[in-house]
Amino acid sequence: MIRPSPSELQKISRQVRKDIIGMIYKAGSGHPGGSLSSVEIMVGLYFGIMEDADRFFLSNGHVCPALYAVMAEKGIISKEKLSTYTEVGSPLQGHPERTKLKGIENTSGPLGLGLAQAAGYAVFAKDSYVYCETSDAEHDEGNHWEAVMFAAKYKINNLIQIVDRNRIQIEGTTEEIMPIGSLSEKYKAFDWDVAEIDGHNFDEMFMAIESIKKSGDKPNVIIANTTFGKGVSFMEANPDWHARAPTEEEYKKAMEELE
Amino acid sequence: MKSIRDGFGEALVELGERNPDVVVLTADLAESTRVKEFAEKFPDRFFQVGVAEQGLVTIAAGMAEAGKTPFITSYAVFSPGRTWEQIKVTASLNDVPVKIVGAHAGFGASMYGATHESLEDIALMRVIPNMVVVSPCDFTEAKKATLAIAKNGKPTYLRLARQESPIITKPEDKFEIGKASILYQVKNPQVVIIGTGPILSEALEAARQLEEGGLGAVVINLHTIKPIDEQMITHYAKIAGAIVTVEEHQIMGGMGSAVAEVLSKNFPVPMEFIGVKDSFGESAKDYNNLWKKFGLKKEDVVEAAKKVILRKNS
Repeated sequence: MIRPSPSELQKISRQVRKDIIGMIYKAGSGHPGGSLSSVEIMVGLYFGIMEDADRFFLSNGHVCPALYAVMAEKGIISKEKLSTYTEVGSPLQGHPERTKLKGIENTSGPLGLGLAQAAGYAVFAKDSYVYCETSDAEHDEGNHWEAVMFAAKYKINNLIQIVDRNRIQIEGTTEEIMPIGSLSEKYKAFDWDVAEIDGHNFDEMFMAIESIKKSGDKPNVIIANTTFGKGVSFMEANPDWHARAPTEEEYKKAMEELE
Repeated sequence: MKSIRDGFGEALVELGERNPDVVVLTADLAESTRVKEFAEKFPDRFFQVGVAEQGLVTIAAGMAEAGKTPFITSYAVFSPGRTWEQIKVTASLNDVPVKIVGAHAGFGASMYGATHESLEDIALMRVIPNMVVVSPCDFTEAKKATLAIAKNGKPTYLRLARQESPIITKPEDKFEIGKASILYQVKNPQVVIIGTGPILSEALEAARQLEEGGLGAVVINLHTIKPIDEQMITHYAKIAGAIVTVEEHQIMGGMGSAVAEVLSKNFPVPMEFIGVKDSFGESAKDYNNLWKKFGLKKEDVVEAAKKVILRKNS
C-alpha cells in the first residue's frame, strides 16, 4: 500500500475531526470525546494499513461519527451522507448497523461484543487481517475477555486489536470507575502479542502494526494511548464530553480550533 | 422412546458431511448437547469456547459474518437465557444465520432445580425481530428441524428437550418451517389442542380420552412458534370454536400467548392455557413429577378442554 505523506494524513485527520463536530452539532447528540480520540487509529488503518481483503470491526460503536467521517474521506460513502447522521431513514445510525450501511462489518454499540465477532470472522479469513478497535472502558465487560481467551486458544494471529486507551468513560476516568491498570501486562498474561504506542502518532502506529504482523502465532493487540476529545481544548480529558453535543458557541469555538 | 437432543445430534453429523459451511460451537457442553460426534468427525469446524455463553454467541456471529452457518449449543437457561442481548444485536440485528440451540429446555434438567429449568426461552426469543423459533416434538422431527434451519439463512432458535420421549411423528411427515402440522384429526371437533415440544404426547393422550368421552379434539403440532402459522390456527378456531394450548413453558409470553395474539386479531374464541403459571420450577428426580405438580399432564389438558367447551357453549 502506498501511504499518504504524514502531512496529508494530518490534513485528513483534521477534516475528519471537523466532520465529527459538525455531525454531532447538527444531530444534537453523539459521542465527541471517544470519536476524537480514535481519529488517527481509523485514519491510519483506512489510509495506511488496510488492503482490500482486510476488514475493520468497530467494537465501541458509539464513536461511529469518526468511522463515518473516515469512510467519507475514503470515498466509501458520499460526503453529503454525513449530514444525515441519526436522521430517520438514514443509513448513518446513532450506532452503526451492518444491514443499513455497506462497509460496516458489525452492528455495534452495546460494549464488549466487537472483539468476539472480529475473532470469529478472522478464523475464516486467514488470508487477510482483521482489525478491531475497542475502547479501554469496554474492558470492564466479561464478554470481551471471553473473546480474548478464545483468540489466544485458537491462535488467531491475523486478528489485530487496537485499544483506544483514552482513559475516560461515561462517569469519570477509567481508573476511578473500574481500574484497568496495565493493559499490556494483562494481554501478555492472556498470551497475546502486545505493543504500546502514542495513538495519535502515525509513524509509531505503522511500525507497531508492521512488526506485530510478523510476530508469530498469537493474536495481536496495540494499546494506543490517546487523548479523549483530542483536538478541541475544552473537550480534552473531560468526561462531560462522553455523550453530548456542543452548543452553537462551543461548536464555533471547536471549529476555529480545528482550522 | 428416543430423545430430541439425539435427533439434533444425528442430523448435525449429516449436515457436517453435506455442508462445509456448517460449524459448531459449544460452551463446555458438547456431550450433553449431543455435538460430540460432530466434534470428532469435523474437528476443524468445531470450537470449544469454554463456559462462556456470551462469547459463544458473539464469536459465532463473527463466523456467520464470514459466511458460515454456526450452530451454538448450551443449556437454554444459559443461552438464550444469559445471552439475550448478544443474540438480539449480533445475530438478529446483524441479520446473520446463527443457530441458537437451547438444550434441556422445559423441565428436562429437573434434577438440577429451578436454576437449570428453562421456562422463559420461547418468550425471550420470539420477541426479537428477525428471529425464527422452532420447537420440535420428538426425535424424528428434531432431525428434520435441524436440517431445515441450516438452510433458512436466518437467525434461529432451536429448543431441545433432554429426556427420552415418545416418537409421535413419522419419518415421511412433511416438515416445513412456519407450517404447523396435524397430529390428531377428528370429524366435527369440539376443541383444538395446540401444543409444542414433547409435551404434545400428553395432548395426544388427552385427545384420545376426550374422544372416548364423545368430545372430538384436533391436535395441532405448532413446531414453529415464529413465524406462526396464522392460517391453520385461524382455520381450526373457526371449525372448533375453542382452543387449548399446551406448552412446557411459562404461560406469559409463550406459545399460547402467540396463538392468542393471532386469534384475538383474526377470530377470537374461548381459550385455555396449559403451562407454568408465573412460578419457578424446583428439583425432582423425574421431570414427569414436575409435569404433574405444575399441571401439564393429560388430565389437566382434558379438564381444560372440557372447561373451554363449556365456555364456548354457555
